[in-house]
Parts: sequence; C-alpha cells; structure tokens
Amino acid sequence: MHGFANPKRFLALARWLTPLCLGSGLLICTAALAWGLFEVPPDRLMGQTVRILFLHVPFAWLGMAGWSTLALSSLAYLVWRHPLAGLAARAAAGPGAVFTALCLITGSIWGRPTWGTWWVWDGRLTSMLVLFFLYCAYIALAGAAEREGISPRIPAIFGLVGAVNLPIINRSVVWWNSLHQPPSITMGKSAIDPVFLVPLLVSTLGFTLIFVGVVLARMRALLADMQAEARLRRKAMEAA
Amino acid sequence: MREIMDQWHFVWAAYAIGILGTLAMVIWSWLSMVRAEARRERIRRK
Repeated sequence: MHGFANPKRFLALARWLTPLCLGSGLLICTAALAWGLFEVPPDRLMGQTVRILFLHVPFAWLGMAGWSTLALSSLAYLVWRHPLAGLAARAAAGPGAVFTALCLITGSIWGRPTWGTWWVWDGRLTSMLVLFFLYCAYIALAGAAEREGISPRIPAIFGLVGAVNLPIINRSVVWWNSLHQPPSITMGKSAIDPVFLVPLLVSTLGFTLIFVGVVLARMRALLADMQAEARLRRKAMEAA
Repeated sequence: MREIMDQWHFVWAAYAIGILGTLAMVIWSWLSMVRAEARRERIRRK
C-alpha cells in the first residue's frame, strides 16, 4: 500500500485503470440493466417494481462503501500522513454522496407502489438520510479546510467519526421495527432466487467499477490541482 | 378506495434518474480530470 502512496507510481497505475474501470463498468451496467428490465420475470409479491432493485441495491451498497473508503483513507492519512490518502478520502466523498442520493430517490420510487408511501421515518431510511447529510458536511468541511488553510486532519477526524453511522445503517432493520425488509444477503447465504440474484450481482459489479473509476478520476483531478498550485507558488517565490 | 398504479411508470422513472445521475457524475468527473491535468501541463510548460 505504501508503494502506491508515491504520486508518480499512483499516476502510472491510474492512467490506464481509470478508463478501464469506467469503460468496463458502463458496459457491464448496460448489460445488467437491460437484463433486469427485459429478461427478468416479475416478482410474485413486488410485481414489476422488483426491477428497481437492480439499481437501488448497488446504490445503497456504494453509498456505504463510499464512506468506508473515506473512513479508511482518513485513518491512513492520520496514521501515515500520506497526502494521497487524504486525496482518496476527498475523492470518495462526491461519488458516495451521489450514490446515496440515488439510493434514497430510487428507494422512494420503489416504496410508493410497494408500501403505499414515498417515505417513512424508520431506522433504515433515516440512517441512510443521515449518511447523505454526513457526506454533504464532509464535502463542505474538506472544501473549507482547503480554502481557509485549516488543518486537513479535521475533515479526516470527521470522516472517522462519521463511520459510526455504518453499523447503524446495517443493523437498523434488525434493531428496530421497519417497513424495510431484513437483510436478504448475509455471509454466504441469500434469500433471493437466482433469477434475480445473478443480474443483481452483475449490476453491483458494474456500478462498483464505475465508482472505482470515478474515485480515480477525482483523485487525478485533485492531484493535478495540488501540483499546479505548488508550481505556481514556487514560481511566485522565485519571481519575488 | 384502491389506487390503480401502473408499476412500469415507477420502473421507468427510477431507471431514468439512476442512469442519468450516474452518467452525469461519470462525465463531470472525467471532464474535470482532463481539465485539471491540462492546466497542470500548461503551468509546467510556462
């Protein structure tokens, strides 16, 4: 891991990995979503709305995976002070927030015909909404830290503290009465029929590749901005 | 009174929002990366 903390080595890897992840992710997603829309039969209970789960479940997974990436990168930044770890945390925040928002929207669209309501203040939905607000707060804090010259350790500590919400989201359907169904996929077990499970896993793989590609693209953009600013400062000092 | 809803309307709405949101994020992140790297190269060459 320490080897990739070197910006040169990271760029050498990211230059070919970014288009590969984005391209393959988009292709796999297109195939999985077409499969989910046109090939999968309607569910006995949910009817046609089962098709929404091929989007909603990967979005939920990536909303949580995004904060896990952010928290682990923040920890690496605080422990080893790798600047790239700080960049990785900032880069994961944007796509994490987008996927969490998409999870909430597609879940709400699924809930209206299935539960008869767009929204309920139950444990799972509320903790997911809290995750979205945490992302917004982190993005604002990291932006302010860069603009105002505040220590980048503050958003990193916030990223670590925010990870407390992840087990709450995961266990919310077990701890509290909820309209949301209990976990359908647990370690090595699945309550989902293979006819739905296989396209769901393919779609999750596709969106995960897109997430990795977007995080790498954001890291490259943030790194390029940082290097450009450093060079401008150096030139200004030489001229003075 | 029981509401009559066409489930397909909800499916299309979810797919439109999910796909457009994802594509917008991919295009924005790619363009901002290309712009940032081009600016770095411009400054490096000056």
